[in-house]
Amino acid sequence: MMVGRPLVELDNVTVAYRAGDRQHVAVTDVNLEVSRGAFVSVVGPTGCGKSTVLNVVAGLLAPTSGGVRIDGTSLWGRNTRAGYLFQQDTLLPWKTVLENVCLGLELAGVDRAERREQARDWLSRVGLSGFEDAHPHQLSGGMRKRTAVAQVCVCGPEILLMDEPFSALDAQTRQLMENELLTLWTEAGTTVLFVTHDLDEAVSLSDEIVLFSAGPASTVARRYEVDLPRPRDLMRIRTARRFGELYEAVWSDLRKEVMKAHGRRDTVGHG
Amino acid sequence: MAVATRSVTADQADAPRRRLGARGTITAARVLVALVVVGGWELAARLTVLDPFFFSQPSDVARLLREWLVSGEILDDLVVTVGEAFGALLIGTILGLITGFLLARSPFLDAVFAPYVKLLNAVPRVVLAPIFLLWFGLGEASKVAFGVSLVFFVVFFNTYQGVREVDRVLVDSVRMLGANERQLARHVLVPSALAWIFSGLRVSIGFAIVGAVVGEYLGASRGVGYVIAQAQGVFDTTGVFAGIVLLSVVVGLIDVVVHRLERHLLRWKPERTQGFQPS
Repeated sequence: MMVGRPLVELDNVTVAYRAGDRQHVAVTDVNLEVSRGAFVSVVGPTGCGKSTVLNVVAGLLAPTSGGVRIDGTSLWGRNTRAGYLFQQDTLLPWKTVLENVCLGLELAGVDRAERREQARDWLSRVGLSGFEDAHPHQLSGGMRKRTAVAQVCVCGPEILLMDEPFSALDAQTRQLMENELLTLWTEAGTTVLFVTHDLDEAVSLSDEIVLFSAGPASTVARRYEVDLPRPRDLMRIRTARRFGELYEAVWSDLRKEVMKAHGRRDTVGHG
Repeated sequence: MAVATRSVTADQADAPRRRLGARGTITAARVLVALVVVGGWELAARLTVLDPFFFSQPSDVARLLREWLVSGEILDDLVVTVGEAFGALLIGTILGLITGFLLARSPFLDAVFAPYVKLLNAVPRVVLAPIFLLWFGLGEASKVAFGVSLVFFVVFFNTYQGVREVDRVLVDSVRMLGANERQLARHVLVPSALAWIFSGLRVSIGFAIVGAVVGEYLGASRGVGYVIAQAQGVFDTTGVFAGIVLLSVVVGLIDVVVHRLERHLLRWKPERTQGFQPS
């Protein structure tokens, strides 16, 4: 991993919404740096504002106070150096697989022959050659997710933001996709910010895990370095002793936050 | 991957076979319904259970229709009516699309104009016909204007809904891929609204014809509505029915063409089940 100026920096980021006549603080005073080329996972109990942080880095959501710097420059508007892989299906249903993958390049004004070639290349990398002319509703969930990966990656983003991208997939497909993601990440050297509620996934993929405290007004509770050796074989890594230790360490803290989140919700429920 | 492919082909193979068996029965039942209604009407008129003076009878209506078509005199009227309807459809759709898009995308315009649109839509359209006759005269322009007042709101509400209902995350995703506002409209908002716009378009065609015919009925010198009004003026029920049948057939044919077009443009959608379109 390269050491130097962090690629992504969050400086005391606070995001508050107005919900009716009440002020709802989603996250408060979040400070976070992500080094170039690192794979960083964000975990935390439900409703802790993980996705909010991702949206702020994407530039889709402006922080109420604080700021984001990308490569030292303050972020204003959409983060043009980032690609975003959402939890939901985001393929355009009226476009074919190939047209969907071409979209980012088309928007950037790349000419037709060039963008088709690159899109085909990415489709073969995610194992979808031969499905160019299918429409998304004809594909399985895993295939749609692969197409989405190709759609985002073909634009060559420096930063890849992922919001529980595999949570809707079944366990086997999910593990395959995680493996493929690691391979792609190793090849491309992209910086990844990965939101997940699955600790297993976080430990096996990341260089670093960031734990968020229970919401509302959640913030970075703790950070853990994951010193498992790379390259990693995801099919075996879960049985390694160090994996178990790391998992235990994060889980003991995460459990406390989860209990807190539950407690608060119960109090609100009874009150 | 294999599982997905298999399930797709299985669905595609099974569904038509099941439908094909039912289709024969359905067609037979449909023909039967038509025979019972038309035959019953003819029989009742011949036995004078229904007074032929007020109810006419299918054989007379068919005879008159043939006369009209053979002599070709009705074709001029039909061309006028369809032309008026087409004009109303074109102008009403363009205005409805633009207004619907603007109001759906701009909260400010929406807040300012929404009550007025609702207010105007609440006006029973028939009371506007006399005003349009005064403003635009007895010619075709007043019928087009009347049709526009009907078509506009259908297209407007459908476009408005279609653009507003666009999945938020689709918009975010395409934004992150680098789309500006114009590209967003082209790649996401317009296609997503297309289904709504089309379901509105088919209703609009009916309304456009209604606009033309009612306008002609209230005051004109040409058109199918005028022919029907003339027939009614001399208690010629056969003429009235012949006009009605002619209009239904023409609207039905146009609807088939538009439906084909819609199916082609919306071929990315999973197949829908048959039935009435919500409108």
